[in-house]
Amino acid sequence: MNRSDDNDGQDTVWVQEVAFIDSVPRWAAMSFVFLVFIGTWQLVTGLGLVSPIILPTPWETLEDMIFVGQNLLTGGYMLGALWITIKEVIYGFALAIAIGFSLGVLVGETAFGEKAVMPYLVAIDTMPKVAFAPLFVAWLGFDIDSKVALAAFIATFPIVVGTAAGLHSADENARMLFKTMGASRWQTLIKMKLPTGLPQIFTGLKIGAVGVMAGAITGEFLGGGRGFGELIRVAASQLNTPRVFSLILYLSLVGLALYALVTWTQRKVVFWHKERVGAHDA
Amino acid sequence: MSATLAQEVSGTPSGVPVYELTRVSKTYARNLVVALDDVSLTLRKGSFTSVIGSSGCGKSTLLKIMAGLIPPTKGRVILQGRPVTGPRRDIGMMFQQATLFPWKTAVQNIVLPIEIRDGKAAAKAALEKAHELMDIVGLKGFENVYPNELSGGMAQRTSICRMLITEPAVLLLDEPFSALDELSRDMMNMELQRICREQDATAFLVTHSIQEAVILSDEVVVMKPRPGRIAEIVKVDLPRPRTLHMMTTPEFGDIVDYIRSLLDKGEDM
Repeated sequence: MNRSDDNDGQDTVWVQEVAFIDSVPRWAAMSFVFLVFIGTWQLVTGLGLVSPIILPTPWETLEDMIFVGQNLLTGGYMLGALWITIKEVIYGFALAIAIGFSLGVLVGETAFGEKAVMPYLVAIDTMPKVAFAPLFVAWLGFDIDSKVALAAFIATFPIVVGTAAGLHSADENARMLFKTMGASRWQTLIKMKLPTGLPQIFTGLKIGAVGVMAGAITGEFLGGGRGFGELIRVAASQLNTPRVFSLILYLSLVGLALYALVTWTQRKVVFWHKERVGAHDA
Repeated sequence: MSATLAQEVSGTPSGVPVYELTRVSKTYARNLVVALDDVSLTLRKGSFTSVIGSSGCGKSTLLKIMAGLIPPTKGRVILQGRPVTGPRRDIGMMFQQATLFPWKTAVQNIVLPIEIRDGKAAAKAALEKAHELMDIVGLKGFENVYPNELSGGMAQRTSICRMLITEPAVLLLDEPFSALDELSRDMMNMELQRICREQDATAFLVTHSIQEAVILSDEVVVMKPRPGRIAEIVKVDLPRPRTLHMMTTPEFGDIVDYIRSLLDKGEDM
């Protein structure tokens, strides 16, 4: 095996080949994709292949982003709108966590919940939940309540499923061990099943965090109000496409921040669980 | 009862009976399968007993009954003079997997049975004892390490400590080292023997390996399937302490051969 040690180049040396992508740092690979994307965008719009009303150039979008950014930083009317949407997202997510976690424990821990409640949850989950938006508006009005409700409604189900699956994930030995230690049902839940299930619970929270954003904006599209979704709707109706783009980008920063917050909390809480995502970096 | 007990104390050098099963049967109501039929067994203080048999011979059912996890259909199950009616503190159990909890350090895992039974304060008070146990099994210095960083053998050593922390009267071992490679397994078996001798522990081991059963045990309970019952209880007269070297002696080979012949007979039926 170690032929190369003694006679350099005399024999064929078997060198393990390193795939090119493994030698490239992540930021470089990501920048590459970004440049290809922007380049294609510039090409398509610059050559006039697409009408500017349908798709603005990257430069126009950037200009508008700078304008919107200035408005946000100087406390303009857009900041007020963004704050309304952020409130909807935070309240909606908190509500979804409270309800989703409780229902998840009911369904995951009790035989009654699994038998009698789960089928209904599955049935409701398969419905297109945004279709409930007009009902929420009718029940809760045009203020943020109806948006919070829709956001929570969408985000609840992944949290229920994540919690229930998490509680089921403890293996037979762990259950038997807790039995032999004379643990009560409550102790088994708190000291074993819940911590064991935390990775799945957080997966549910992450899916929920994405859903809550979609719910808030859909609620604003369909129920009016003064949030960021309303700004998007108005800009779109004025065919102000660069504005739509830049508003969406700022909105996605909010979504990203929420997602990052959940991921950060997960790393702190579930410190023993190494996620497979990003394993190539290590 | 107490009279016979007293007699046995003076009469037998191998110690007082710790665990007594008398005519224990188990029928699973759902499919009317007789998992255990008329099993009687006595574990004496400080003895090491193994049970061996092909799958379906009822050894896991036997173990679960002895652990107080399931009730027998018939028969008496007496540990330290009291009938077993559920999990008990004087029963220690160990599984094929170490089953350590990754959010607790090694030493926190070890005091978990105390935490469950007596609360956090008692668990804290037991930390010192946990450290002593870790010292005994050669885990000194790994007290505050999380299970992810322990090797398979070290994880099983940790779970031995967790089993011993409550000072159980009987140790129930469900193929504890079968997930380890053969070298670590031999080593862990010798380690187990040493610990049992030091603690004067009464041990009951379920295994698939005849060699393992013979090298560790004073008695090997050979079971037959359908219905699960005891074929024979084979005494192992090899001197103690046992060494891995004894596995090459003719005496050892004879006992292994004999047990294998009993198991083969069971297979034909």
